[in-house]
Amino acid sequence: MLHLDENSRVAVIGAGPAGTFFSYFLFAMAERVGLGVQLDIFESRDFTIPGPAGCNMCGGIVSESLVQTLATEGIELPSTVIQRGIDSYVLHMDVGSVKIETPFQEKRIGAVHRGAGPLGSQEGRVNGFDAFLLQLAKDKKANLVSGRVEEVRWKDDRPVVKVSGRESRVYDLLVVAVGVNSATLKLFEDLDIPYVPPETTKTFICEYALGSEKIGNHLGSSMHTYLLNIPRLEFAAIIPKGEYATVCMLGKRIDKDLVQSFLNSPEVIRCLPPDWNFQQHVCRCMPRINIKGSARPFADRLIFVGDCGISRLYKDGIGAAYKTAKAAAVTAVFTGISKDALRRRFWPACRKLERDNRIGKWIFSSVGILQSFPFARRAILRMAAKEQQNKAMPQRMSTSLWDLFTGSAPYRDVLLRMAHPFFLSRLIGNILIELWPFRTKKRIGRRHEKE
Amino acid sequence: MKKSELGKEFSDGKVIIKQGDVGDFMYEILDGRVEVFQERDGQEVQLAVLGKGDFFGEMAIFERAKRSATVRARGQVRVLTVDKKILLRRISEDPSLALRILGRMSHRIREMDDELVRLRTLK
Repeated sequence: MLHLDENSRVAVIGAGPAGTFFSYFLFAMAERVGLGVQLDIFESRDFTIPGPAGCNMCGGIVSESLVQTLATEGIELPSTVIQRGIDSYVLHMDVGSVKIETPFQEKRIGAVHRGAGPLGSQEGRVNGFDAFLLQLAKDKKANLVSGRVEEVRWKDDRPVVKVSGRESRVYDLLVVAVGVNSATLKLFEDLDIPYVPPETTKTFICEYALGSEKIGNHLGSSMHTYLLNIPRLEFAAIIPKGEYATVCMLGKRIDKDLVQSFLNSPEVIRCLPPDWNFQQHVCRCMPRINIKGSARPFADRLIFVGDCGISRLYKDGIGAAYKTAKAAAVTAVFTGISKDALRRRFWPACRKLERDNRIGKWIFSSVGILQSFPFARRAILRMAAKEQQNKAMPQRMSTSLWDLFTGSAPYRDVLLRMAHPFFLSRLIGNILIELWPFRTKKRIGRRHEKE
Repeated sequence: MKKSELGKEFSDGKVIIKQGDVGDFMYEILDGRVEVFQERDGQEVQLAVLGKGDFFGEMAIFERAKRSATVRARGQVRVLTVDKKILLRRISEDPSLALRILGRMSHRIREMDDELVRLRTLK
């Protein structure tokens, strides 16, 4: 059985959340059992540079469950890293909007910049999330090697990593924690391992410099989510941050036309300041995201964590990176680094995420179908708005939407809640009210929105 | 509370958890201090003063008993509420998550042992 010994050498390619969480927890677990390991973490980006050069391209939401889990681990996200604490979300549809609040009005979701802020940000002004996690790993004695990895190969069954301008080095364990947008993934194509890269889809992210005051006045501390009947658009959100607002879009074949039809929709315009112009973004990107994980993200002495392995469908990618990275670290220290050890302990954590993603796909398809019927959109809005008006009643629709849009709970929980007879009977009841030909013109959702 | 801060604030003297209540939450102190005390025959007996980085209410996570003590804000305090359901699910997936809580509880037992020895020696 292969395992880590005293002074074993570990290489981690990628200093995004998956790589830094792995490094942090590997040291934490090794410390507990009195094992000394050496760890090099390879990263070509500099997270202190604003714009794409220092950014791992993501919407930048730390979910409610991850904030709580990290707090339990003793990792507190400082206010210098959190750009805005989120305590609610507003669901916008063409038939109206409804604000859904957490039961205790507590800010438990963190909006962050992954890098040092969008293009044009003053250097050193924004403390990025990735730089914060990297510092945690460095504090645990991870050695940062700056540079692009140009070669990965095997030597006597051990992985060898070569960075441009440096000598190649043999390791006992190689952890790959690169994103699906990274060219580094190509290095593993000829490595004689059964690894198949994840399936991906394109997303759209752009940032607007609106200023803290305008963001506070127009977006507040709410994440704004959009369920609109725009062809090919599956989901969109506007996330308020410090000085910036981040627009994120998910959909099929995202292109300029789809982006324009969303940004020009009245539902978006009414949330933003009157002088906002959709063309005046300061930074934008179209990164790919993992929508179907790798079938075999491990081999002897080799583990793929985060986006290049298994992630979570559409939501909470950082939370999924934490889960797979920690499972890998715990396995490496307590069980071993052989294929069999990883299959026994690391793979179940990945498989659980992947199974949940299948349920998520089904839920998003069902929501997509409902979304295409105006009466169904009105029924969803009516049900959520009624719950928000009367907090004493069971918050079935509100909690389902909250978990679905914030990624706070597994999709399985969302499905179980939605399949509950009380939920279904109330949804059908609201649909019948909306279909009733003699109903009053007033709609609860619209009334709620005016309030 | 600043826009970039997480959690919830309590002002000086505000009770965060009350002895005898049933709770489904644990709390992490993000900023400030709290005092923990038990009420006995109308008198308050202070058990501890906790600060940033500490947590309280963890007993409710592991047993279904009522809160054993009252926790009150000492000055302005900011805490993060951790849901029992989320935490237990994560611990069932990854038992090592409980190590920090166990470590802290072990430290508290050690402190109580010292206190017990001190009191018995006084007699």
